[in-house]
Amino acid sequence: MKKIVVLAKQVPDTANITGKAMKDDGTINRAVLPAIFNPEDLNALEMALEIKDKIDAEVHVITMGPPRAIDILKHALYMGADKAALITDRKFAAADTLATSYSLSGAIEKIGDVDLVLAGRQAIDGDTAQVGPQVADKIGFNQITYVSKLQEITDDYIIVQRDGETQTEVIKSKFPVLLTVTDEANNPRYSNCLNMLKFFKSNIPSAFSDDERKIAEENGWVIPSYDLESLELDAEKCGLNGSPTKVHKIKSITLTGGNLEMYDNQHTGIHKLIDDIKKDYIEVD
Amino acid sequence: MQTIVYIEKNPITNKSRFVSLELAYKAYTLMQPSKGEVVGVFVGDSLPEDTDDLFKNGLDRLIYYTDDNLKNLQSIAYKNIIEQIIKSEEPDIVLFGATHNGRDIAPLIASSLRTGLTADCTQLYIDDLIYRKENKGQSLFQVRPAFGGNILATIVTPDNRPMMASVREGVMTLPEKKLNKPVKLEKANVDFNKEWIKNDFLSIIPKIKHVNFDTSDIIVAGGAGVGSKETFNLLHQIAKSLGGEVGSSRAAVDFGFSEKVRQIGQTGSIVRPKLYIACGISGQIQHRAGMEESKKIIAINNDKDAPIFGIAHKGIIGDLNEILPVMLHYLREEE
Ligand SMILES: Cc1cc2nc3c(=O)[nH]c(=O)nc-3n(C[C@H](O)[C@H](O)[C@H](O)COP(=O)(O)OP(=O)(O)OC[C@H]3O[C@@H](n4cnc5c(N)ncnc54)[C@H](O)[C@@H]3O)c2cc1C
Repeated sequence: MKKIVVLAKQVPDTANITGKAMKDDGTINRAVLPAIFNPEDLNALEMALEIKDKIDAEVHVITMGPPRAIDILKHALYMGADKAALITDRKFAAADTLATSYSLSGAIEKIGDVDLVLAGRQAIDGDTAQVGPQVADKIGFNQITYVSKLQEITDDYIIVQRDGETQTEVIKSKFPVLLTVTDEANNPRYSNCLNMLKFFKSNIPSAFSDDERKIAEENGWVIPSYDLESLELDAEKCGLNGSPTKVHKIKSITLTGGNLEMYDNQHTGIHKLIDDIKKDYIEVD
Repeated sequence: MQTIVYIEKNPITNKSRFVSLELAYKAYTLMQPSKGEVVGVFVGDSLPEDTDDLFKNGLDRLIYYTDDNLKNLQSIAYKNIIEQIIKSEEPDIVLFGATHNGRDIAPLIASSLRTGLTADCTQLYIDDLIYRKENKGQSLFQVRPAFGGNILATIVTPDNRPMMASVREGVMTLPEKKLNKPVKLEKANVDFNKEWIKNDFLSIIPKIKHVNFDTSDIIVAGGAGVGSKETFNLLHQIAKSLGGEVGSSRAAVDFGFSEKVRQIGQTGSIVRPKLYIACGISGQIQHRAGMEESKKIIAINNDKDAPIFGIAHKGIIGDLNEILPVMLHYLREEE
């Protein structure tokens, strides 16, 4: 059996910033942005589930974040993941990619005997594409980034397509290996109704009262949650302390209107525009 | 001070990638005040055929390691080799092109060296850094868009060395006048173990349509507002008579009007042509991230409130279906 871990992140939906999310000074009010499953992490999860459809495999999904990140873990269970775990601790806050990858690798080691780690290529709130490779380095796995297609998987190896900039590469690797997956790889499946019925009450242990917890455990509703101590991590390498990069300054981007010269949309205006383009950009001998 | 620049080769042209030349020059300007050294590092099967060009753009020295096994990206092997070079050179700064390969190995190296790496910087400068009331001396200030491009963050690496950053192609500029520096090549003195070769490349399919935006002065770009593949074809004709290249927004790619390789923006190419003509493009932040450094922007859109007009220099408000044929008519008039 292959043990697969999918790394997922809950992110603010930066793509759909509406007027409501803009403050008067033109900056963004993050608090009102909806939190979503990072899009390419869904592609990573879909790839894991496709593998499970083909060969004997167990899919674990882990996320690091505040307790409300439980939403994306439930979503992963609805889609068909076997197990989910939340990594949460105030001491993990303000982590850069290095500290994040350290905490995540602690959780992967806790799961143990992992053959394959799948992550989205990048998260839409940071777009760094660094966490996947840095986890690979920490757990000592080979890696293939920018995976745009799963081609073949057997007990001994995996063959994928990698999206290079000038070429598509077909690469075979043995296990263990970590892949970062792009949005071209697949179309994530919908939630499965039976799984939704089964897991809609799922939550972290502390969310259940003592009485409830027993029932929750019997029904498989408890999503384990790990903190710094239970992962036996070094506090110096986590969160802000463990982050070599620090934010020095933040500036919101506001549109600065240029000197806009307008042309009318009739023949005269268009003719003038073309003449101006020709004059400025096309050399006439 | 010393800056290392990771040098990449374009497998199709066998020459240095543009981003490597751009970073060589950026490193040169960063190192000028302290008279620091700019060292290139190359790993692959053979050196790019235009190594002298790297020196004309600012390198002082190029350290290389070549082996037939390293023709294609071998993340673990590349990482181990580059890490050894960094450990022996002890640079203050290491710069990577934020290419697919650069973004593959730079994080591995930063993780292994336990130092900071700032992705996709749009500005880099050196200044004295005071962090928590302590003077950290001359440091690299790394400016990058974050949060989907809605904020600009300045990132510093106060306590770890080297300070590492990646920069996308097209963001930094080349020198107006080439530099006059002697070619100095040096074979890396590093260990190499065949066991680091973990990826078996079964086949490589070149992307046939690799659009070269770097050399185009004019880009005619279309978005969702173009409406159909047929109308998009008019953009190709307009670009052709202007001697330019065709670009597109992601929505135009999603609708199938244009190809993925032509996408401009955060997840496409970054361009800075002399003239960018945006047709039926609303100008969302992710698109602007790829084109707002263009010298002149012309916007054609039927919505007078489209954000693209906020950064445009010239504009027409109207329906593309009517405007594009007329543009083409006047373009061809005197030909
Ligand atoms: C993580 C992420 C990364 C992204 N990366 C990119 C990227 O790299 N590049 C990119 O472009 N986008 C990217 N996007 C998508 C981006 O947010 C926008 O959705 C996209 O740029 C919109 O494309 P558009 O302007 O063509 O379409 P729209 O926003 O739909 O705009 C169409 C415009 O055409 C005008 N129009 C319609 N009909 C006509 C007509 N007949 N005549 C004239 N004008 C007309 C409309 O007024 C409108 O302004 C990304 C999004 C995310 C979340």
